[in-house]
Amino acid sequence: MEEMLREYLPILVFLAVAVGLGIVLILAAVVLAVRNPDPEKVSAYECGFNAFDDARMKFDVRFYLVSILFIIFDLEIAFLFPWAVGFKDISMTGFWSMMVFLGVLTIGFAYEWKKGALEWE
Amino acid sequence: MDLTQITSSVLASGPEIIIILGACVALMLSLVPRPGQGALLAGLSLVMIALAAAMSLTLAQNPQTAYGGMFVNDGFSTFFKMLLYLGTALTILISDRYLGTEDAAKGEYYVLLLFALSGAMIMVSGKDLLIIYVGLELQALSIYVLVGFLTTNTRSNEAALKYVILGAFSSGLLLFGLSLLYGLTGTTQLEAMGEALDSVETSSPLLALATVFLIVGLLFKVGAVPFHMWVPDIYEGAPSPVTGFMSTVGKVAAVAVILRLLIQDLAMLDPIWRGSVEAVAVLTLAAGSFAALVQTNIKRMLAYSSIAHGGFLLLGLLAGGSEGLASVMLYLLIFTVTNLGLFAVIVLLNRGAGQGENIQDFSGLAKSQPGVALMALVFLLSLAGIPPTGGFFAKFYVLVALVDAGFVLLAVFAVLLSAIAAWFYLRVIMLMYMEQNDQPAVFQVSPAIGWALIVTFTGTVLTGVLPAWFLGVSKAAATAGLG
Repeated sequence: MEEMLREYLPILVFLAVAVGLGIVLILAAVVLAVRNPDPEKVSAYECGFNAFDDARMKFDVRFYLVSILFIIFDLEIAFLFPWAVGFKDISMTGFWSMMVFLGVLTIGFAYEWKKGALEWE
Repeated sequence: MDLTQITSSVLASGPEIIIILGACVALMLSLVPRPGQGALLAGLSLVMIALAAAMSLTLAQNPQTAYGGMFVNDGFSTFFKMLLYLGTALTILISDRYLGTEDAAKGEYYVLLLFALSGAMIMVSGKDLLIIYVGLELQALSIYVLVGFLTTNTRSNEAALKYVILGAFSSGLLLFGLSLLYGLTGTTQLEAMGEALDSVETSSPLLALATVFLIVGLLFKVGAVPFHMWVPDIYEGAPSPVTGFMSTVGKVAAVAVILRLLIQDLAMLDPIWRGSVEAVAVLTLAAGSFAALVQTNIKRMLAYSSIAHGGFLLLGLLAGGSEGLASVMLYLLIFTVTNLGLFAVIVLLNRGAGQGENIQDFSGLAKSQPGVALMALVFLLSLAGIPPTGGFFAKFYVLVALVDAGFVLLAVFAVLLSAIAAWFYLRVIMLMYMEQNDQPAVFQVSPAIGWALIVTFTGTVLTGVLPAWFLGVSKAAATAGLG
């Protein structure tokens, strides 16, 4: 069991470095940065002209739908890459497992297409 | 894995594959709307469930593990799968009418029911923590959507959102417990984990932490006190057939996982959880029984009633051994038929837009619909645990197992609390038989609901008449699971 935990040591080190670096950078900004605020400086910056409206505006729900649909195919790529890289070493089982996965995904894709989830208007 | 192993594994998971294929076909069919589509999809789903049931029974002839020991077909899983098939088939039978009156008939409904069923099946057959978790999530995600299926009804939407948030939270707790167990043992397979845990001291704080998270996550899923807060709101807001589905199929699968983990493969954790689960079981019985007394919505009342029944199931878990196991399995069988029978009556009383869910709507039912009222009477008596209905023997065998295991005090508590619980079922019976109603419920019993009522009524009466035979069946299945 000790051995198994040791295998996870790099992850622990990685986490420690990530958290440590984040904290150090934030603290560095607090300690080192020059603070000299005036109203013009702290107002919202929008490409040089005055801000149109508040940043907390309503957001079309269709963006969420598109991003959710995107995530599915994003994950598909995440699966396909290691599969394709190791293609020589995997047996027919590996090949057909991926085909089943892609088949299921295609059914989902046909569904969302026919339902009009990909249409913007 | 070579080809023969693959073939035998695919064969062993045949029932799940049949159900998932059925769901995919139903999904594709639902894209091309045509008249009578609801009946077509319901029929297709029922045929697929029948095929899967036949396949499960065939596979039960020679119990085996598949997918490198991650998946198992034994007597235990076959018994639970049969319960899941029964519960889902009954839900499908009572759904068509409800979707019609609520104007929510969509093909996706049956697809989601089938996916939830396949998730539940994977849960009961899983012999690996990850497989069980994947099944749990498949089942839960499908049910989240089903709970919010009445898209124009705010209560349904609210219930779905609450369920998603709490379900995700409880899954997180469970997953944390599972990851700690993996960290302690270096495996997710239950058998290897059981062996590895034998060498870990039960007083180890890390093991205690893992067990606490595991137990809390699982108790959340069965709605035991103090993790029951979500149950009433979600049961009330969900479409009635879905409420029936959650309270039977969802509960059956969750209890199967609890039994498989706590009584069978990880039995060495017993000293860690026993004390707290005893307290939780008594609290669950008490809170469910007392809170149900003051409810005016029938679905909310049944939500608390199902919490109280969950307390009884925990008592069976505490009794342990093959006796306790068999008593819980019989309890779930009787609870499934009785509860879904009552939900069939609730669907009949529904007048759309959540009308007809007040318990006052039951008043005068004996005058206007004597047949349905008689069936509702039997279902309510069974839930209350009054002989000669099945519900009496369900509770009786749990109590016998409990006393045999030496928990006399717990058994006395359970009897006292179920006497209190009997009152709110009797109140509905009094409304049906004693009260007058100016606007009696008017409805036609459709053939599908008629079949559901016949099956559930027969089941409730038969389990009351031949309890010993049904107990024998569950005992045989339970010992096959232990072996």
